Amino acid sequence: MAQENVIISVRDIHVQFGSHVVLHDLDLDVYRGEILGFVGASGTGKSVLLRTILGLNKKQAGNIVVLGRDLDRISEEERIQVDMRMGVLFQHGALFSSLTVLENIQVPMREYLSLPKQLMDELAMLKIELVGLTRSAAEKYPSELSGGMIKRAALARALALDPDIVFLDEPTSGLDPVGAAEFDDLISKLRDTLGLTVYMVTHDLDSLFTVADRIAVLGNRRVLIEGTIGDMLKSEDPWVKSYFRGKRARRIETIEQETAGVGG
Amino acid sequence: MEIDGDGVASPQPPQVNAEVVGDQFRLVLSGSWATHTIAAVDAVMRDHERKIGGHSVVIDMSGVTYFDTAGAWVVYRFTRAAEKAGNAAALEAVRPSHKVLFDAVKHAMEELAEQEPAEEKENLLTRMIVGVGKAVYDFRDDALMALHILGAAVRGSQMKLGHGSGLSIAAVVNQLDRTGVRAIPIIALMSTIIGAIIAQQGAFQLRYFGAEIFVVDLVGILVLREIGVLLTAIMIAGRSGSAITAEIGSMKMREEIDALTVIGLNPVGVLVFPRLVALGIALPLLTVISDIAALGGAMFVANTYSGISPDAFITRVHDAIDLTTVFAGFIKAPFMALIIGIIASVEGMKVGGSAESLGERVTASVVKSIFVVIVVDGMFAIFYAAIDF
Repeated sequence: MAQENVIISVRDIHVQFGSHVVLHDLDLDVYRGEILGFVGASGTGKSVLLRTILGLNKKQAGNIVVLGRDLDRISEEERIQVDMRMGVLFQHGALFSSLTVLENIQVPMREYLSLPKQLMDELAMLKIELVGLTRSAAEKYPSELSGGMIKRAALARALALDPDIVFLDEPTSGLDPVGAAEFDDLISKLRDTLGLTVYMVTHDLDSLFTVADRIAVLGNRRVLIEGTIGDMLKSEDPWVKSYFRGKRARRIETIEQETAGVGG
Repeated sequence: MEIDGDGVASPQPPQVNAEVVGDQFRLVLSGSWATHTIAAVDAVMRDHERKIGGHSVVIDMSGVTYFDTAGAWVVYRFTRAAEKAGNAAALEAVRPSHKVLFDAVKHAMEELAEQEPAEEKENLLTRMIVGVGKAVYDFRDDALMALHILGAAVRGSQMKLGHGSGLSIAAVVNQLDRTGVRAIPIIALMSTIIGAIIAQQGAFQLRYFGAEIFVVDLVGILVLREIGVLLTAIMIAGRSGSAITAEIGSMKMREEIDALTVIGLNPVGVLVFPRLVALGIALPLLTVISDIAALGGAMFVANTYSGISPDAFITRVHDAIDLTTVFAGFIKAPFMALIIGIIASVEGMKVGGSAESLGERVTASVVKSIFVVIVVDGMFAIFYAAIDF
């Protein structure tokens, strides 16, 4: 599935706030077309890394190469071009509360492209349907949506420009297990049809088991271990062990066999 | 979606050629059919839709280098139009990955088509009448809500269960500092300037009659009866009313109000009552400051423009003004405080989920408070005149 070419390459990243070092000498590769699950204990800097890759945080050292471009060495214009090819689903959706769902999805289109209004409406409607929302949701405001619908609407906005890379920050948090499973299916379906690369920060073990091609674990200010779910289960690192083989992961035995059967 | 190269560099523009071969309407597509470039062919494709006639449609996609949902949509829209007209439509030489995307879009849009169409909007007249009716009901709801808040503020503060029932002194002192103490400089400054302006304009007019000394009467009565309390109320409505609305509104947005209710506290009693009490204390006191500052400004101007010495000014003030004039102004202050506090709280409680509604409510709070404050001031003037106060 994963073509062995790197779409995001992070090298020797060092981030600190004041004297508090969050990330140090962190390396990470994301391959084209894969779903990378990114886990780590709370407060270890998962979000900081995500924000650093997106350019929302400053880094003290290291470089980030996205789509073959070093983000520190490109012009403003190129930077915008790269931004246009990345979509982000923030943890709480971050939908603009004064715009309807349809208008939210059209914001990136309006900003970057000069599309006729009719075509924009049609494309936004298509995105709404692709993420599994109904037509009636289009005219609603974010405050009128349920948690699951907000996540879907935010995903639709992230997909507005047909990006190559989608960043998902805890996409299934706050969803019920059924909704979360549906969302996982949606992500993997979209990856298959749209050829997306998905970078997913999550705590949801089910998501990791079912959709993630590869998992990276953040700890001790760097990536502790990366690999398939099988690699995680074999790891003897105490945190990784308790995370993937703890009480909450009791179902592991059965799922391990399932994933082995499906072949990831 | 096929990834060709990196695609960031300027992609080939999409192109479409149409030709009629026998009974076939052939479209030959080439270039990059992506969200970024699709605008170039959108209108062309719509044009072609109208030219299908009775032909069956074949779309040759062999030249398409890049294809995303926008491209798939435009192609699908064309095949749909053909099928609606009763003609067959087929894709030719389509890459497997493009086919997957096309099918996904087709599937999605077919599901969408099955859903009920969105509700039609009502016509203009109906909407106008609905608007009027809504406004009347809103007015009634506002009035009820204001009474509810007034009642809940007084009663609710005593209904807290458990320890520490009654009024929270710390909250009131905190509010007093914010609405009262910190408003002193701006109110003093503003009142001084207004007092000075009234004195100056009055002096210029009274000079024609050689009655410049009466500028003291003019300023004294005007400031003490009307201007002092009115200016203070307007400033407090803008300064503290907006703050109260924004505070309560953002707490409402983040469910903090609901949390208070669940914990067993009356939100109105906890949040509104201390603010009302603080306003009720602060506004009369600020009115005193405003009155003194305005008279000070007037005294300075009277001395500068008309040569009325401060001594003469003060003597004249003593003669012109009696206690009723002073109280006529002060009596109004607590009413103004109540109006500002209640309107601000009502608007705060009406904040919905969006940032926009917060802005709307804060604006409404300030505008309504100032409006009502001025109307009530006018009613007091009529009342005083009627009872000869």
